[in-house]
Formats: sequence, C-alpha cells, structure tokens
Amino acid sequence: MKMKKLLSIVAASAMVLSMAGCGNGGSDNAGASTGAAESSSATEAAGTEANGNSSASADGTFKIGGIGPITGAAAIYGTNVRNAAQIAVDEINAAGGVNGYQLELNFQDEHDPEKAVNAYNTLKDWGAQMILGAVTSTPCIAVTEVTKEDNMFQLTPSGSAVDCAKYDNNFRLCFSDPDQGAASAQYIGENNLATKVAVFCDTSNVYSTGIRDSFLAGAESQPFEVVAQLEYTADTNQDFSVQIQQAQEAGADLVFLPMYYEDASRILTQSDAAGYHPSFFSCDGMDGILTVENFDTSLAEGVMLLTPFAADAQDEKTQNFVKAYEDAYGDTPNQFAADGYDCVYAIKAALEASNATPDMSVSDLCEAMKSAMTTISLDGLTGEGMTWNEAGEPSKAPKAVKIENGAYTAM
Amino acid sequence: MSFLTFLINGISLGSVYALIALGYTMVYGIAKMLNFAHGDVIMVGAFATYTVCSTLGLSPALGVLAAVVLCTVLGMVIEKVAYKPLRKASSPLAVLITAIGVSYFLQNVALLIFGSNMKSFTSVVPLDSVKFFGGRITISGETIVTILSCIVIMAVLMLFINKTKAGQAMLAVSEDKGAAQLMGINADATITLTFAIGSALAAVAGVLLCSAYPSLTPYTGSMPGIKAFVAAVFGGIGSIPGAFIGGVLLGVIENLTKAYISAQLSDAIVFAVLIVVLLVKPTGLLGRNIQEKV
Repeated sequence: MKMKKLLSIVAASAMVLSMAGCGNGGSDNAGASTGAAESSSATEAAGTEANGNSSASADGTFKIGGIGPITGAAAIYGTNVRNAAQIAVDEINAAGGVNGYQLELNFQDEHDPEKAVNAYNTLKDWGAQMILGAVTSTPCIAVTEVTKEDNMFQLTPSGSAVDCAKYDNNFRLCFSDPDQGAASAQYIGENNLATKVAVFCDTSNVYSTGIRDSFLAGAESQPFEVVAQLEYTADTNQDFSVQIQQAQEAGADLVFLPMYYEDASRILTQSDAAGYHPSFFSCDGMDGILTVENFDTSLAEGVMLLTPFAADAQDEKTQNFVKAYEDAYGDTPNQFAADGYDCVYAIKAALEASNATPDMSVSDLCEAMKSAMTTISLDGLTGEGMTWNEAGEPSKAPKAVKIENGAYTAM
Repeated sequence: MSFLTFLINGISLGSVYALIALGYTMVYGIAKMLNFAHGDVIMVGAFATYTVCSTLGLSPALGVLAAVVLCTVLGMVIEKVAYKPLRKASSPLAVLITAIGVSYFLQNVALLIFGSNMKSFTSVVPLDSVKFFGGRITISGETIVTILSCIVIMAVLMLFINKTKAGQAMLAVSEDKGAAQLMGINADATITLTFAIGSALAAVAGVLLCSAYPSLTPYTGSMPGIKAFVAAVFGGIGSIPGAFIGGVLLGVIENLTKAYISAQLSDAIVFAVLIVVLLVKPTGLLGRNIQEKV
C-alpha cells in the first residue's frame, strides 16, 4: 500500500515536471497564437493591401516573394521587413529597375512552419522567382526545405539559426547565431571594452550555447581574458545570485550575455541588487529588453548589444532610410527593417552581376544568382563591403549599440 | 566570504520553498491529497500584486493584501468546486488528476488575461541592500525580508495550530478524520480553512519569490511549486516544522551545489538528495511513521 502510494507520488511529480517543461518551452508559441487571433483582422487588411500592389503585375518584372510574420507576437519583425523591402523596391523601380526590368514584391504572412510553407505555395502560384525570407528562424528552416526542392533562390534577412542557410540556394543577410559570438568577441577586443570577461550561457538552449562557443573561440585571439564561465539551464533561470557572485569574485569588468532578454532582465536586476555593476554586452536576443512590461529600464542603462543597425546613426545612408521609412509608415525602423532593405539591394546586385532576365526559369535564375552572390560586394545599412561565401554566410564588420537614456544609441 | 553569501541566498530561496511547502504539507496532512495547483496559486498571487501595484499604481502594501485576499478566496473556491465533490471518490488518483487540471486551468486563464510575455515585477520590499565586512558581502533587502517573513509566519502558524481551537481541530482532523467528526468537529470547514491558510501563504510566497526573482509569466509557479513539493516530502509530508526544515535545506543545497559543483546539475543533485533521504527515512526527515490499516 505504502509502496503504491510512493510510486504514484513519484509518477505524478514526474508528470508534473515534464509538463512544466512543456509549459515553459511552449510559452512563446502560445503567445504568438493568442496574439495572432487578436490581430487576424489586421492581417486581412494588410494582406489585401499587399495583394492590391501586386495585382498590377505584368510580364517582364522580377517577382520577389516575401515571407515574414505580419500578425501575432513577432509581427513587429515581419512588418518592418515588409515595409523596408517595399521602400527599397520602390527606390530601385524609380531609378529604372534592375537590368531594365521592374521589381515586384508580394509579402505573405508567417506564424509557424506550416503557415510559412503555405505562404511559400501562395507565392509560387503568384509567380515568385525568388524568396526574401522567412524572417524568423523556425519558419525559415521549414521554407528552406521547399525552396531547395524547387531550387528557388532564398535570402533571409534575419533567420539567424544555423540551419536557415542549410542548402546552397539559401543565403542570409544577418550574422548566424554562432557568428554573433565571434563578432562580439572581435568588437569587445577591438574597442577595448574589457580586460576580464565573464560569460553566461543557458546550456539548455542552442542559441545561447552556439554564441557562447564561438565567442570563446573568438576570444582567444583578443586582448581580454575570459575569467568565468557561468552556466544555467531553462529550469534554473530564475535565481542567478550564485553566478553573479562568481563573476564578481573573478573580477570580471564585462559580462557577456548570449541569451534572450527575459533571462537577461533577471540578471540585470539581480546584479544591481547584489551591488555588482560591470558593463554588459549582448547579442540580438537582448533586443526587446526595453519593451519588457514594467521593467526598470535604468537597469539596462549602458548595456551594449551587437546589432547591425541603429536608427539614430549619423551616416547619410541611415538618415535617408529612416526618413523615408518614417514618412511612409510613421514609425521608426528597427534592425529588421534594415535587414529587409539590404536584402532587396543584395538581390538587385546579384541579378545585375548575373545579367539575369525575368524570362529565365526559377531554377536557372537560382543557379545564376547563387554564383553571383559570392562575387558581389554591397554597401548597405547593416554594413559596408558585405560579401557572401558559398555557405550563404555574410561577412561584414560587426556594429553595436548602447542603451542610453532608455533608447538604443549608435556607438 | 563568498560561502556566507551563497549560504544566505540559499536560506532565502529555501524560505520561499518553505512557505510554499507549508501549503502542500498542511493540505496533505488534512485532506490526504496532493494539491498540485498550489504552485499556480503562487502565480495568481504574484499577478494580483502586479496588477494592483504596477498596473493600477497603488501602494505595495495594498498589493500584498490584495494577493492574500484573492488567493485565500481562490483556495477556498478551488477546494469547494474541484476537490470536495471528489473527496469520496473510490480512487485517490481522481482528486490528484483534478489538481493537475486545476493547475492547467489557472495557467491558461492567466495566459488569456495577461498573455505569455514576461512581465517585470517591481519588488515590494522598500529596503536597500545591506553591506557587511566593508562591502565584501552584499545582502539584498529582499533576501532579508524573505527570511524574516518566513520565520515570523512559521512561528505564528505553530502558535495558531497549538493554541487555538481551529488549530487543534486541524490537528485532530489530520490525526483521524472520522473520530474528529464524532467529537463534533466540522471536518469540511476545517479542510476549507486549511486551504485558505495554505493559499494565503502561497500568495505571500509568490510576492516574495517575484520580488527576489523579478519576472512573472503564467508559468512562474510551476518550478517553485515542484521544488516546494519536494521540500515537503523531504521534511516529511504532513509535518509543518518538516516543511520548514525541508524547504530551507533544499534552498541551501541547491545554491551550494550551483556554487561548488555544477550549476547545470543543481536540480539533479537536489532530487538525488531527496531519493537518498527517502531511502534512508521513507517518511522524510520529520515524518511520522503511521501504520496504515489494510
């Protein structure tokens, strides 16, 4: 009897444990779908608008199919890409197009892998010849499978997971997750931001471990020393007091946080409570820290993050782009917008380098652009002299922003 | 020096576990059921405080009060609606599964109302960090308040159980429900009272937990709830001092493991300790061995 009871307790707690795991892991998706339900009417409106633009299509145009979330929790990402890509398309068309042909953009919604593939099929029916997207990693990976099958050229603005550029027809504009680590190490070293660095890592998360590993590899050739490696898992991501104490004792003057902003917000709060105030450096996962509800943004003051774009940068290209975006959409563009804008120009450069024409088949066009991508060099919003290798990975100088007065500021 | 900091932070974490474990252990002692929704009552309490303090902008004291009142009522309602009808069910698993259902229900309601985006919880503790030994040890105000609250609550609870009529009734019902009813004790009312007290403690635990680890999602209560359940079993389920000792020990073991062995293995080691304790002392540290009638 007793044994039975004990067994049932153990079994029940195991059940609850595993369910708690699911709950945590699935929370983002759940949010995305709730948000989606709320704003589905908004999509329809946006969808009709996009279709309205594309219905004016005629033969003799390059048709770019865009895929990104324009509804739901990640809508801000997709909307920025769509708007900025449209600005780039309009600019190029106004300047006479590519090889004498106009560009045309049709942007479809994505929430999850299934919807992204549906969006791709819709775009194929429309006659898309190349894909700009998908914007977020998991749907992007799903789309790579179908573009590979059709041998259609695909360039993702912001799919940073390694597998987003898995096949030889896939290219990306942003750094891959692990490359952000090496780029961060390079940036910290070149700008002498620290002498002793502590590195956090969520060992249960591939994004975090990928960046950490490449950061450590990149740090070897840099003039700073990694004095502490602090690990945690998704189950122990609440209490960081021990790790913070260890970083403090190791004398780290900079703490590297390769993680999403939820965990980072707790680390910032608990460091402050422990009286530890080093500099913090993070990657794109930190983007969003200022939007956490009720977060005391003064805690994030001085936090630096690797990001390809800051809307307040003073160079002429950025200023012109931000002005065009604000005039057209009444909102300040974020890094996703810059990625989307550069993607269109990368496509233009590849089309020009390969002397492509719209009457080529999708597969021929893909082959031509694929080899052209490795030869072009693009001066874009997210970096000067961007080049690509055959694996589809970009090479550009890392840029970072700093949070000052509750806003991202170019460094 | 750092050992002391780890220890104090461990005691603070353990105090939160202890507060939650009290709810588990009291309910188990009296209703002989595992209330797996207890962890989510913590989350409801934290959201109540969040709404009052951060959304409505009222004072933290009012926020804590709102959390305690809401959770007390919620605990009583859950007991009446979900558990009481099943108390006579033939299998004890029925009420256990219902508890898991209630847990999901609370999480999903919170998800609907507040969404899955993380909220940053503003600490209700007005104290600043205190520095000792010339700044070599910094202890946050939250840590101090958590430990003190836990000790005070424990003391009050022990007094309540040993010195008041209602407390004695709780003891009697947990000892032998049938005999207690024959003596004129209203067992149903006593069980409801237990749920009310357990849930009020959960509210306090939720506010303290989120003050120390300031993020709030509908899943905030799951992991601490499980850890507290472990603490309750560790200390001897059904025993109130056991829950306290179990909770504090668990927090200290967890923190010291993180500091000196491995941050990744800390949970595994915590559960391994539980298994060892149960092997050596199957009723937990302070649990009493009661012969069951077959």
